[in-house]
Amino acid sequence: MTEKMPKKNLFSSQINLSKFTPASEDEKRQKEVMSESTTFFKDGMKKLMRNPLAVGSIIVLVLLIVTIIVAPMIVPYGYEEINNIDGRRDRTAANLGPFQYSETEQQWMEETGESRFPHIFGTDSLGRDYFMRVIYGTRVSLAVGFFASILVMIIGVLYGSIAGYAGGKVDLIMMRICDIIYSLPDLLMVILLSVVLDETLGSAIEGTVFASLGSNMLALFIVFALLYWVGMARLVRGQILTIKENEYVLAARTIGTKPPRILRKHILPNCLSVIIISVALQVPSAIFTESYLSFLGLGVSAPMPSLGSLANSARGALTSYPHQLVFPAIMICLIVLAFNLLGDGLRDAFDPKLRR
Amino acid sequence: MAKYVVKRTILAIITVILISAITFFTMYAVPGGPFDSEKALSPAVQAALEERYGLNDPVPVQYLNYMRRLVFELDFGVGLKTGRDVFATIMTGMRTSAKLGLSAAAVAIVFGLVLGSLAALNRGKLIDRLVVFFSTLATSVPSFVLATLLLLIFSIQLGWVPAWSASNPNYILPVISLAMYPMAYITRLTKTSMLDALNQDYIRTARAKGVANYKVIFKHALRNALIPVVTYVGPMIAFIITGSMVVETIFSTGGLGQEFVSAITNRDYTMIMGTTIFLAVLMVVANLITDIVYKIIDPRISFD
Repeated sequence: MTEKMPKKNLFSSQINLSKFTPASEDEKRQKEVMSESTTFFKDGMKKLMRNPLAVGSIIVLVLLIVTIIVAPMIVPYGYEEINNIDGRRDRTAANLGPFQYSETEQQWMEETGESRFPHIFGTDSLGRDYFMRVIYGTRVSLAVGFFASILVMIIGVLYGSIAGYAGGKVDLIMMRICDIIYSLPDLLMVILLSVVLDETLGSAIEGTVFASLGSNMLALFIVFALLYWVGMARLVRGQILTIKENEYVLAARTIGTKPPRILRKHILPNCLSVIIISVALQVPSAIFTESYLSFLGLGVSAPMPSLGSLANSARGALTSYPHQLVFPAIMICLIVLAFNLLGDGLRDAFDPKLRR
Repeated sequence: MAKYVVKRTILAIITVILISAITFFTMYAVPGGPFDSEKALSPAVQAALEERYGLNDPVPVQYLNYMRRLVFELDFGVGLKTGRDVFATIMTGMRTSAKLGLSAAAVAIVFGLVLGSLAALNRGKLIDRLVVFFSTLATSVPSFVLATLLLLIFSIQLGWVPAWSASNPNYILPVISLAMYPMAYITRLTKTSMLDALNQDYIRTARAKGVANYKVIFKHALRNALIPVVTYVGPMIAFIITGSMVVETIFSTGGLGQEFVSAITNRDYTMIMGTTIFLAVLMVVANLITDIVYKIIDPRISFD
């Protein structure tokens, strides 16, 4: 060793290698990385899966989604179908309790010896199977929650990223617009717009795909698209303002990458976690709003049920048939609770700022 | 500071003008005039009525006229279906609604602060878990579900609380239904900010120099933990106002919320318009005051 050493000059900072010994095998092994390399996403998922509340809510949501998909295939009743036997309307089937059969049904079963599918939640005042109505109501409410949140996400992310990336005057003006929309009392405006759009849209959409949705539903989405994206836009803008100061963005700009590509490839993936968390928390708030409007009679149009409108119509017979209120009420609470807990869990798992 | 107040006030005024414009023009877009009632009017009467109410003017002129009457004469027009003066109806309704809303706000703030502080001070213990469980549950129940369930259980099944009547108004159940969500929210806010405050250096200093425990909690921790809670007051008022619509309808209190819902059901446009503008102004003012108070009490915020 020593003979290979170049001659050390006086006062040079050259290291004297003779003072070092090679590392032993044992010491080398200490440097080996034992665990697999992990990504941000994998790490977050691991944290999420360790959170019992979040896992519980994922299970609840999966079960719910499976139920609302499978149940209509198994249960032979439709959500707007008035209970009938071989096409004859069953007049005794109104307001049955859970798992009850109407008189006509019992007669029919005795005569033919066949069994009939039970009314799991009973029937409503028109003799429609209440289980199916709740299932379809859940479908409608969940669909509204999802699509409204996606709509909000698309508009909010686009607007926020443009404002944040452009900066300067553009940002200032875009954010002032946000400020004003943000200070509008949203639910009041929603009510107002639903009332009006309900009147004006009704004839305009007749015969189109939207007619099956109903004008109220469409009004609801329009309102969401107009008002609710502001929170998301502000969030995304704030994230982008910090992310775009990073060196890798500067590097990308230096080699001449176009702004849309920088946004897509470098900036948006880095604020993805914040966006996902915010969407997860947006879903229950959209479901809240929808059920609130349905409760005021401004939601989906009859005979299509939603959880809010079911709860509202159950109010009339509250004293005699309280179960008609309880089922949709539990369903709303379950969905909202599950999404809230999932959102909280996602935030704990994916928001690096909250990690301790 | 003055600059901030002016800036914030201007934004609030713009918002109010925008709200009134949106309200007016959306209401104008509704097909059918206000006099297309079930009873067919003779063309002469129709024309006279339209002349009388200025319905032949261009829309912007109508809007300016409406705003002028609204601001200077507090003239919100006459309810189309009820025939009553809209402003008088709003004022009568507000007597009940204000009492209801303010009690709910007070209940929410007091209980929220107490529960939140208790949870923070007993972190990880049973009481903390109970409070967290309870507040998570309470933020997941829509106020109309809660109100109907309370009515069903305590008023109808158990008969403990008499139903609302004009002569014997019972505020307990409506106030609970209105206060539940904001209370749970304030509890969570207080808990996080209290935990944050308790970890600060000045708390350690105060404890180190032997300040009594209650003094540390009330003088040092709670006062600083209050600041984030103040920001929620504005949104809370908005929540209580919108929540009062369904809650008042369920308990039939005859307040403004119930009037508004029945106006929606009856498509009474002048009433909807008047109430929307009135409530919107209320919310915007509440937010304005909240923002300004927040800036005053938090010395760490710069006034730019």
